[in-house]
Amino acid sequence: MNKQIEPVFPIRSFEDGHVLSIVLAGVGGQGTLIAGKLLGILALKLGLDVKVSEVHGMSQRGGSVITYVRIGKKVFSPIVEEKTADFCLCFESLEALRWAGLLKNSGRMIINTQQINPLPVLMGQLDYPDAISESLCSACANPSTVLSMDALSMAREVGSTKATNIVLLGALSVFSDFPESLWHDSIREAFAQKPATIPMNIEAFEKGRDFARTFMYN
Amino acid sequence: MDKILLGNEAIARGAYEAGVKVVSSYPGTPSTEITESIAAYDRIRCEWSTNEKVGAEVAIGASIRGARAMTCMKHVGMNVAADPLFTASYTGVNGGLVFVVADDPGMHSSQNEQDSRHYARASKVPMLEPSDAQECKDFTKRAFELSEKYDTPIIIRLHTRVSHSRSIVHLDEPLEIVVKDYVKDVAKNVMMPAMAVKRHIWVEDRLQRMEKDASSDKSVGCYEWIKGDDQVGIITAGAAYQYVREALPNATVLKLGLIYPIPSDLIARFASSVKRLVVVEELDPYLENEIKAMGIACEGKSLFTLQGEYKASMIRKAITGIEKDTGEINTSALCQAPNRPPMMCAGCPHKGLFMALNRLKAQVMGDIGCYTLGALPPTSAIDACVCMGASVGMAHGFDLATDGVDSERTVAVIGDSTFLHSGITNLINAVYNRSKITVIILDNSITGMTGHQQNASTGMDIRLNPAPAVDLEALCVSVGVKSVRVVDPVDTAQSQSVIKEAMNEDGVSVVIARRPCALIPTGKGPKGMTVLVDKDKCTACGQCIRIMCPALIAGPDKMPVIDPDTCNTCGLCINVCRFDTLSVGGVE
Repeated sequence: MNKQIEPVFPIRSFEDGHVLSIVLAGVGGQGTLIAGKLLGILALKLGLDVKVSEVHGMSQRGGSVITYVRIGKKVFSPIVEEKTADFCLCFESLEALRWAGLLKNSGRMIINTQQINPLPVLMGQLDYPDAISESLCSACANPSTVLSMDALSMAREVGSTKATNIVLLGALSVFSDFPESLWHDSIREAFAQKPATIPMNIEAFEKGRDFARTFMYN
Repeated sequence: MDKILLGNEAIARGAYEAGVKVVSSYPGTPSTEITESIAAYDRIRCEWSTNEKVGAEVAIGASIRGARAMTCMKHVGMNVAADPLFTASYTGVNGGLVFVVADDPGMHSSQNEQDSRHYARASKVPMLEPSDAQECKDFTKRAFELSEKYDTPIIIRLHTRVSHSRSIVHLDEPLEIVVKDYVKDVAKNVMMPAMAVKRHIWVEDRLQRMEKDASSDKSVGCYEWIKGDDQVGIITAGAAYQYVREALPNATVLKLGLIYPIPSDLIARFASSVKRLVVVEELDPYLENEIKAMGIACEGKSLFTLQGEYKASMIRKAITGIEKDTGEINTSALCQAPNRPPMMCAGCPHKGLFMALNRLKAQVMGDIGCYTLGALPPTSAIDACVCMGASVGMAHGFDLATDGVDSERTVAVIGDSTFLHSGITNLINAVYNRSKITVIILDNSITGMTGHQQNASTGMDIRLNPAPAVDLEALCVSVGVKSVRVVDPVDTAQSQSVIKEAMNEDGVSVVIARRPCALIPTGKGPKGMTVLVDKDKCTACGQCIRIMCPALIAGPDKMPVIDPDTCNTCGLCINVCRFDTLSVGGVE
């Protein structure tokens, strides 16, 4: 557990002018907006520039939603384009399949294995695709590109499925060397309006972080 | 202090720092969060208005009385507010007056893709366009200053990627709220022909002065000239500026802030400093046409599309021909992901109502709200949908076009907020002109799709304080509707028979389908409760599966499986089950 390995996105990359591009893809109502906001707060604490782009309105009613986060010394475009994402955080399996093309060469994908049936599947017109993680893995050169996890169950274990987004952020945190205390501070700030939920969200974060660590080191 | 703010929150912050006193708006994506954020500043008098025209008129009144005032709307809301806008251009202001309009390129949540920049030119009202949250705040403060300096309303034009992107904003101390003295001035404020003729001359002069100042004075023009490689010079504004800088970090760029009137001297100087001039703007060739009209050659829509949002890669490719980036995942090896269109939520009261309309094979004139989703499967119940309030008028149009023959099978469906926005005028018209239509008011006690704003019928104001509530039944009766019925839309069988009765009636009939939205406190089911399945009784007939509730899926045995996290215990599935299989249960 204590083995030191080079993070996928070391903090010093910002010094070289790199912009960290993160995609949060999910279904309306899954908490991608809060996760994006939290990453924005984190960037501010790191003393960096940031843009977070959200989708509001009709798509939020159970549609496919995507939030883009870009962090760097100077960030212009708020949009993460095809083949440019360092990380895709997929809140739902099918959405991982939908947005896989955004991942850049050597990018990483974290997938919550939860399945939410879209309308064409509910109507029986199409099947929900099988073995999404496996097919994504086989479509990329690096076998450690995809990390699949049951973030929903982990969130349920800490007290609320609403914390699924924070479990996923915990997993994401392992891939960089941003100080853990800054993540915790960002969680506290993001949930400042609902202070009672902060301990649970920190626990959710640590749960995701522990899981991803195990993945990284094995 | 620095803070991460949404573009819309930054507009609100700018208005607060500028000492705005009055804000009156109707919600509309992507503009809604501006006025919601304003409500957090206690000292500002703010409200949800019944529609955008009303919001604009309230702001105009406050401005003439001497307060700084603002009204915010989505692009199609500008069409509603256009009437007061065009004449407020003539009266000018006393306290600063700002209209904020948010366009939606790519139509994330809109029924058309109009380019509201044309309104600036048409109404002769100056327009500013910010490109990120910091500029949202800065330009809002500047807008109030320019409004008072030039005695004109100012329009701030946003679009989705600016409204709904968060970035770092430096916060400053707010100005005191000052309400200026009011002096009656008929020549300035009463727009009838004799006065308006003179004011029009003055308006043209105002635009010329401002245009001249904007070329030399950055505090008016709000432009930025980024010097780089002189092979290509790009003129741009708003979100497109961000994509340009991302795509071509070394290009020479003129970012316009004031986009109407366009500073012509500045444009001419910039054009002569570069070898190739390209205009990058989403939607219409607005800047391009203005620049070409100055006699300056440039490229624009010959390289770029008129539709949707732009991206850095698209701009790079269009201007330099270069494509870069390689992906990690070979997407051609993957199966295609089924689409995920938006759908009605678990517990949504609209679903049962549309199932009833579907069974009645009614011709349904739709309106703007979550219930527009009734046009999609599984109900596919809506025939036409155009704009706020139109359903009632369109149903009356069907009635007239068929001499009343179609009235027996035509209904209008309209939400509570939309009905008060502009459905009521249509209802009065239909009653007055002896129509035979049936109007169904989908009263879910909230303005739903824009994210749950209060309205005049909900009993609460923007700050959730108790407020007088319009009595929809009494309102309909008072305009002459002879029959008003109320149903619970989850009871589809009852809804179906009541609507049928109403459709068979002479004259205009109204059915109010009343049940709160499942996402607001009064619409949520009891905690811990869910729908239980009695597998001994279930025949796997599929009736409950066909309602397409997000909380209910078919198990491997084709019997329903309920997701207790999502189920709202609305009872729609229980009502459609013919075998008494389903019941509400759990631990409360």
